[in-house]
Amino acid sequence: MLLLLMLLPLAAALLALLLPWHQGRSWLLAGCASLHLALCLFAFDRMMPLGSWFGFDALSHLVLLVTSLLFCGCSFYAVGYFNIHRERGNRVIVFCLLLFLATMTMAIAARHFGVLWVAVEGTTLASAPLIYYNRNRLSIEATWKYLLLCSVGIGLAMVGILFFAYAALVSQLQPVSLQLDVLLSQAPQLAPAWLHAGYAFLLVGFGTKMGLAPLHSWKPDAYGEAPGLVGALLAGGLTSVAFLAILRAVQVMTAAGDGPLARQILLVLGLLSLLLAAVFMVRQPDIKRLLAYSSVEHMGLLAIGIGIGGLATFAALLHLINNALTKGCLFLSAGNIQRAYASKRLSEVRGALATLPLSGGLFLAGFLAITGSPPFGPFISEFTLLRGMMAADRGGIALLVLVLLALVFVGMAATALTATQGEAVKLDTPYADRPLLVVPPLCFLLLVLLLGLYLPEPLQQALQAAAAVVEVRS
Amino acid sequence: MTNIVLLLILLINFYALGTARLVAGIRAVALQGALLALLPPLAHGLHGHTLFLTLVSLSLKGLLIPWLLQRAIREVRIRREIEPLIGYVPTLILGTLVTVGSFLFSDFLPLAPEHYRSLFIPAALATLFSGFLLLMTRRKAITQVLGYLIMENGIFIFAVLLAEAMPLTVEAGVLLDLLVATFVMGIVMNQINREFAALSTRSLTALKE
Repeated sequence: MLLLLMLLPLAAALLALLLPWHQGRSWLLAGCASLHLALCLFAFDRMMPLGSWFGFDALSHLVLLVTSLLFCGCSFYAVGYFNIHRERGNRVIVFCLLLFLATMTMAIAARHFGVLWVAVEGTTLASAPLIYYNRNRLSIEATWKYLLLCSVGIGLAMVGILFFAYAALVSQLQPVSLQLDVLLSQAPQLAPAWLHAGYAFLLVGFGTKMGLAPLHSWKPDAYGEAPGLVGALLAGGLTSVAFLAILRAVQVMTAAGDGPLARQILLVLGLLSLLLAAVFMVRQPDIKRLLAYSSVEHMGLLAIGIGIGGLATFAALLHLINNALTKGCLFLSAGNIQRAYASKRLSEVRGALATLPLSGGLFLAGFLAITGSPPFGPFISEFTLLRGMMAADRGGIALLVLVLLALVFVGMAATALTATQGEAVKLDTPYADRPLLVVPPLCFLLLVLLLGLYLPEPLQQALQAAAAVVEVRS
Repeated sequence: MTNIVLLLILLINFYALGTARLVAGIRAVALQGALLALLPPLAHGLHGHTLFLTLVSLSLKGLLIPWLLQRAIREVRIRREIEPLIGYVPTLILGTLVTVGSFLFSDFLPLAPEHYRSLFIPAALATLFSGFLLLMTRRKAITQVLGYLIMENGIFIFAVLLAEAMPLTVEAGVLLDLLVATFVMGIVMNQINREFAALSTRSLTALKE
C-alpha cells in the first residue's frame, strides 16, 4: 500500500513525459492526485510499514492527509490553469508536479534520517522548475535564490543528521544507525554535545526549508513569482513536510531528555518569525508577497506551539491543517486576481470584489480566515494555542503573541481590503472566473469553515495521537 | 596516508578561495572530488561498500559534475570572476580563520577514541565552511555552485566516517541528489545568461523589499 502510494505519482510522472496530449496530461495529474487522496483516506491509520525505512505514525498520517488533500485540490485548479496557458505547454510542469508529490510522500513516510534528507532535497529539485514557470527575469531570480538557499540549507541539515550518527559513534553504541526508532531508543545514551550541535544544524537546515525567520529570505521571492498554484503547494504542503522533519529532530531530543532545550530554541525562532512577518506585512504593496509573509507568520505560530508544549502542541497540529487549507484558498484566488489584473501590486489591483466577485470574495474570506477571525478554523487553533500558553503559565508570551497577531491583522487588512474594496474596474482581459479555477479554492474555504464550526471526533483523536508522538518521552 | 589526502583537500579549499579563473576553480573542485574518492577505502579498508563509494564519487564528483560545469561556462563564454564581494586576500584570511576555527571546534567536542589523531573531523568542517564562504563572497552564479559543491564535499568527508550509519542506497540517493542539483543549477544558469547576458547574480536584485 505504502509502496503504491509512492510509486503511483512516480509512474504517472514518467507517463506524463511520454504522453503527447496536452489535455490528457492535465487530467492525468488530476486523476493521479485524486487516486493518491483516495488511497490516503482508505488506508488512514492502518498503513503497513515498508521495511524499517518507511512507515507511518499518527503524526505523519496527519501530514500526509493534509498534503494529499491540498495537492488534489490544486491539481484540479491546474487543469483549468493549463487550459488558459496552452501555449506554454504542460509536459515539464506536470512531470515536476507529480515528482514533487512523490518526493513529498517519500519524505513524509521516511523513518530514516538519511532517506528523509534525500526526499526533502528531492522536493527542492522538483519544485525549482515550478517556480520558473512564468519564464521571466523576476521568476529566474526567485528560482535561483530558492534553489541555492534551500540546497545549502538542506546541506546543513545533512551535517546535523551526521552529527546525530556521530553522537552514537562517540558513545560506542551498537548499531550506529540513522533509523528513527533506533535513534529514539538510544537517545538517552547519545553524546549530548554532538546531539545538541546536530539539533542546531538540523533546525537551521529544515528551518530554511520551512521558512522560519531569519532563514526565510527566499520565501517572498519564490511565493511572489511562482504561479498561485505552486505558491499554494509550497506554502501548504512543502512547509508542512519541513515542519515534520523538524518534529522528528525534536522527538530525538525529547527522548534524550533535552526536550525543554529543543522547545526553547523553537519558541525563540517562532516569536522572531512572528515579529519579522508582522513588520514586513505593514504597508506591503504586493498581494502575493503579503501571503508569503503570512506564511512566515504561521510557520512561527507552529514553532511557538511546539515550543510551549502540552495543549499548545495539539493546537499547533490543528493549525497545520488550517494553515495549509487556508493558504490553498488564498494563493489560488490571488492567482486568479493577478491573472485578471495582469498585476499583483496594489497600484493596479483595486476593487477586486466588485470586478471579480468570486475570486475577490474568496480572497477576502481567506484573508479573514487566516488572520484568525471566527468562525473559521484558524480562529479555533489560534485560540487553543493561546489557551495552551495560559495552561503552561506563559501569560507573557501569550500577550506578546496576541499583540503581534493584532499587528499582523492590521497590516494584512490594509493591503487585502485596499485590493478588494472599491469601485469595479473595467478590465481588458480574456481571463474571467471559470469553474475549475474557483471551485478548488472554494472547497478549501468550506473545509476551513467546517473545521471552525465542528471538529469531528476521529480527527480530534488523530490530532491527540499525533501530539502524543511529539510529546512522548522514553 | 589518510591525513595526507585530507591535507591536500584542505589546500584545495584555499586554492579555490584564492583563484579568479573559473576554469581553474572547476578543475580544483574536480581534483578535490577525485581525492575524496580515495577516502572510503583508506578509512575502512577495501571491500564492496567502499569500492562502490569510491567509484561513484570518482565518476560523479571527479568527472561528470565538473564536465557539466565546464560545458556550462563554455556556453556562456566567461572566464573570470570579475568583482568578488570581498577581495581575494580578505577571503583567504577568512578561510584561514574558518579552518583554524574548525580545528578548535573539533578539539572542543568529544571525539570517538579512534579519531583523536586523525584530521577527518576538522578537515570535514573546514571544507564545509570554506565552501560556505565561497558561496557567500562571490557574485558569479557558477562560483556559487562551486562553493556549494565544496560544501557537499565537506559533508561527504564526514559521511565517510559514518559509513556504517549511511546504507549504500541512502549514500547513492545523496549523490544522485547532488548530480540532479548540479544539473538543474546548470539549466538555471543557462537561463540567467539568456535573460541577463551576464552570469552574475548581481543583476538578480529586482526582488527586495
